[in-house]
Amino acid sequence: MKLRDVTREAKLLLVGIPVALWTLIPIYHMLLFALSTKDEAFSGRLWPAHPTLSNFALVFEQKNYWLNHFWLQLWNSLLIAVAVGAITLFVATGAAFAISRLKVKGGRLVMNLALFTYFIPAAFLAVPMYKAMGTYGLLNSQWALILAMITLASPYAIWVLKQASDKLPVELDEAARIDGASPLQLFRLVYVPLMTPSLVAVGTYALLLAWNEYLYAFLLLSRDTDITLAVALGHFLSADDSPWELLMTTGFIYALPPAAIYYAFKRYMVTGLTAGAVKS
Amino acid sequence: MTSLALPGGEPAAPRSAARRRMSPWQFWGMMLIAPYVVVFLVFVLYPVLYGLWIARHPESYVKLFDDPVFAGSVVNTLVFLGVAINVKMGLALFLSGFFANTRPWIRWLSVLFILPWAVPSIPTILSFRFMLNPEWGIINSLIFQLTGADGPNWLNERWVALSMAMVVHTWKSLPFWTLILLAGRLAIPGELYEAASVDGASTWQKFKFVTWPSVSGLYLTSLILSTIWSLGDFNSIYLLTGGGPADLTHVLATLGIRYLRLDQVDLSMATIVCALPLVLPLVYFMMKRLSK
Repeated sequence: MKLRDVTREAKLLLVGIPVALWTLIPIYHMLLFALSTKDEAFSGRLWPAHPTLSNFALVFEQKNYWLNHFWLQLWNSLLIAVAVGAITLFVATGAAFAISRLKVKGGRLVMNLALFTYFIPAAFLAVPMYKAMGTYGLLNSQWALILAMITLASPYAIWVLKQASDKLPVELDEAARIDGASPLQLFRLVYVPLMTPSLVAVGTYALLLAWNEYLYAFLLLSRDTDITLAVALGHFLSADDSPWELLMTTGFIYALPPAAIYYAFKRYMVTGLTAGAVKS
Repeated sequence: MTSLALPGGEPAAPRSAARRRMSPWQFWGMMLIAPYVVVFLVFVLYPVLYGLWIARHPESYVKLFDDPVFAGSVVNTLVFLGVAINVKMGLALFLSGFFANTRPWIRWLSVLFILPWAVPSIPTILSFRFMLNPEWGIINSLIFQLTGADGPNWLNERWVALSMAMVVHTWKSLPFWTLILLAGRLAIPGELYEAASVDGASTWQKFKFVTWPSVSGLYLTSLILSTIWSLGDFNSIYLLTGGGPADLTHVLATLGIRYLRLDQVDLSMATIVCALPLVLPLVYFMMKRLSK
């Protein structure tokens, strides 16, 4: 019995250790570069002999050609992500409430159109979206990126909220109607408080989607003072002698907020977002 | 919708009439759904119709099929989907079984394991890119230290570079699919496994007769969804290889953007239209599944 437990534990470790290495190596490599000087980073060492925070100082003081607008670009990323999160939440909550609770006419059709949008690969929608933004005169405006990301984030947001909202008992609405509540009172006093966990999950989802987006940001924005940090990271590649240690430092700073938000809201994210997907 | 379709001649009278006929619940339903309907019409329907209009000329397709990069990209896309998706989903199925074990250290590992999915893809893909650098990268340094020989030029040969893009793609999306399949496994009642143990079933038999019948539907849904999303995976290729060397590692998603950047919008849209026969049946399948 004892021996069987030991072999079982050993078998688990045989899977667990490669999984840990596979997961951490690219992230460790990023951190290694962030803590090394350029010469050390390029020497192929596995750990920094003289770890230093000088790269972070260089980034924060914007002391490199590629980093001239670091703080502004960080602010752009934040502003766009928050705007997308807030507006998507507004659009999706209204739509989900109308479809699921108010049973609005045509709600089913709208839900299906939203799902259809969700399943079209974003890279394929990018080209027509780029052309349309040109027609609307929005190219090179941050509104173009905000509106595009709302378009991409809303369908899944509506779907998750509709799934969660269908689970609320109908008696709630009936009781509210009998008490003479208006639809808006039902929405504000009953629906939103009960839906809070799903709303947090959906808002976070939209916010992270916008913060992480590269392709749309890179197509729709071009001025150095307008672009997000994601696009700025991509720009590093256009030089032959890119300062990779600074690139990895900036990348590390850029990756921290989403990772922190993910872990902070893990409870909401996992239950809120996978609940829909698991139902098959 | 009816309120939008009213004739504009005498706005006041018909609207209040409509309002009187419509319950406040329907009225507010329309008001609340309207923002999304506007978003859909302006940023999905119009762009798609405009895009199809741009792609209407048969000459665009002749030009596209004459471009050797297009044929190569189609092959790359099919290889990418055929290999990367199946390897990834197979691994996810296997690892979901691993993470279903309840041990404190496995719970900690699962927290770490989600990192690739939780962090943005740009910095991590760029980290891979430098690791694979033939002169300065850490992988070839290790190969040199261990064997004394120079390592391969990872990103400079079509199939090696494409394989590396698949590795990056798998690294990024494996945690998500593992979580989904894990949730599917955890939904299986424990009594089924206990009964199987009493009957003396082996691990393989438990998988074959208990786990697989319960998760096969979820697995298929995940496989289809993952195929659709991977078709649109622009980052793994573009940020790792840039489509190079010599445009040999493009997939349809990066090719469409390449034409757009070269100001050949007609070719760009034609590329996307050529991907539709693959995308639309999968989308139809997913819609059928989810709207049940």
